[in-house]
Amino acid sequence: MAKRNTAASTRPPAGDVGAHGPGAGGLSSVDGHATDATPAALDRLIHERIRLGIVSALAVNDSLSFNALKSLMGTTDGNLSVHARKLEEAGYILCTKSFEGRLPKTDYALSPLGRQALERYLGHMEAIIKATRER
Amino acid sequence: MTRHDRPLKLEPPAPPPALSDRALDNLRFIRQTMEAAGTFTAVSGAGITLTGIVALIATLVAGTHLESPRWLLTWMAAAPIAFSASVYHTVRKTRASKATFTTALARKLALAFFPSLVAGAVLTAVAIRAGWYPALPGMWLMMYGAAVMAGGAMSVPIVPVMGALFMGFGAIALAVPLVFAGWPPELRGVLLNSIMAAGFGGLHVLFGYLISRRYGG
Repeated sequence: MAKRNTAASTRPPAGDVGAHGPGAGGLSSVDGHATDATPAALDRLIHERIRLGIVSALAVNDSLSFNALKSLMGTTDGNLSVHARKLEEAGYILCTKSFEGRLPKTDYALSPLGRQALERYLGHMEAIIKATRER
Repeated sequence: MTRHDRPLKLEPPAPPPALSDRALDNLRFIRQTMEAAGTFTAVSGAGITLTGIVALIATLVAGTHLESPRWLLTWMAAAPIAFSASVYHTVRKTRASKATFTTALARKLALAFFPSLVAGAVLTAVAIRAGWYPALPGMWLMMYGAAVMAGGAMSVPIVPVMGALFMGFGAIALAVPLVFAGWPPELRGVLLNSIMAAGFGGLHVLFGYLISRRYGG
């Protein structure tokens, strides 16, 4: 399996649920599908908005081209490329390069590992909501 | 007491949004992305191109005499043929890409796309009854453009642009009978038919090609 990259650049934007969010310490025993549903256990790799968007978009499509993803996420070539590479290095998405006529074409697909990661992340979010409401 | 000795009055920091609110926001983002991505590749560029080709053939077959049954019947026959071709290719593309095309999505698209077309059909009946044949090309282009814009709101950004251009062509076609009122009806017919060819034919072929290139078929 490819090396997972959880570098500091995966820090979530302001306003996202994060390890240092309010109530982080009090959520260690939340219930939900995820047994380790603490903010600290969140998959920081897909927690970042663009990467979460890429994984979510690929979850409902067999594959999407680089241009389709770029248009969908409303981001730049460079930005999408960097985020897609991080997901690819983690083994969450699969990248296929080909030629359409003379033009190079890059397609992305969600790997089983990426699908599991998204499901786990959804479980975490649901667990957080459930735990907060039960309090 | 000087200005510097006074204790600073700091505004208390705004409370951060609740954790559950942010989790809800993340779930909402995932759902919205999935919905947008689900509609993303559903439009077939090949189907749209084929629609344009059918329209170009109809332009040649229909002739330029707008009041003739041949003109009207040709366009009325071309519409369902072009629509079926487009739907067939869209369904084929959706199946080939294994994209999600849910009943909810189909319902939303139908609710956005068809009201303008139904309104167009009713207005067509009224126009024919009243003998307003020169108004038909502009009206069809306008109503179709409105339908494409509404349906395209759930699709790739290029689709609403195509709809807006149809409406532009429609506005020009509606202006023709007024601006060129002094022209012989045959010449006006040629002009209106050319706008129909450029709109239903040219725009479909152009945008079909662009969608095929950019969105994989």
